[in-house]
Amino acid sequence: MTRPRPEPVQVVKQRRDAALRALVNGVPYIQFLGVEFDRRGDELTAVLPFSDKVIGNPLLPALHGGCTAAFLEITAIIELAWASLWEEMEAGRLDPTTLHPTHLPRLPKTIDFTVDYLRSGLPRDAYARARINRSGRRYASVHVEAWQDNRSRLFAQATGHFLMPDPDE
Amino acid sequence: MSDIRSRNARQFIEAIPHARALDMRLDAVGDGVAELSMPYDERFVGDPATRVIHGGAVFALMDTCCGTAVLNHPSGVAGTATIDLRIDYMRPATPGQRIRTRAECYQITRAVAFVRATAVDDDDSRPVATAAAAFTVERAT
Repeated sequence: MTRPRPEPVQVVKQRRDAALRALVNGVPYIQFLGVEFDRRGDELTAVLPFSDKVIGNPLLPALHGGCTAAFLEITAIIELAWASLWEEMEAGRLDPTTLHPTHLPRLPKTIDFTVDYLRSGLPRDAYARARINRSGRRYASVHVEAWQDNRSRLFAQATGHFLMPDPDE
Repeated sequence: MSDIRSRNARQFIEAIPHARALDMRLDAVGDGVAELSMPYDERFVGDPATRVIHGGAVFALMDTCCGTAVLNHPSGVAGTATIDLRIDYMRPATPGQRIRTRAECYQITRAVAFVRATAVDDDDSRPVATAAAAFTVERAT
């Protein structure tokens, strides 16, 4: 029995990166804050580059708690949308070249979001990763961790519940 | 509302770069209460399909409003920081409309302040979001 030749690595990478880019570039608020996503296989790391507009306390200076929360919520929503996009794409049911900001899969809607502030955000880039703890047909529960210099020293964490988009919509 | 207090609170908000970036405005301030609002802006859109403002922007507005309420508590608060804040999104804010929020510091101890807040758009009979938070309290000694 002959196996089909695997696709060249560059083709696979290009397809996955194009899908991620379409998803992230479609959301104005992500662009406004300057949040970027780093991809390793299906694992995403969100990056919030430090800039003047993310400062909450100009004297320290420290990140604004609300901006930290927005960063975590963005990470959770993109993780959820990416997980379903990934599944569709890898199963060959979706061609990312057809993805356009106006023809993206519908995004999950936040039901509630709780942010735990562990230490003040330093004037440096921040990173975040989300873990989907439960993902049902209608509801999902996601946990997000954010850190700066040390992965093991979180400066914030959050848990949120999300309403998943109706697949028939 | 005393003029000096509202001027101080306004200066406090204007000194926060992130609040300026989101074009937040102080509308009123009183004993342990604050009202802030934020205009609709295409740059703050979270869902390109519906043009609804991102929850994160609403969170930032409510967090700032809660902090302002704590700083204006009559027991005398020198500084504050968010310990935790939970937001419940009741409905999408209507695109094009200003989001207004009111926060009340309803309980305070030596070290902790408890705050709740509500956000509305032009239809103030149905909240867009509510929040419950705990803040640190630094006392002037």
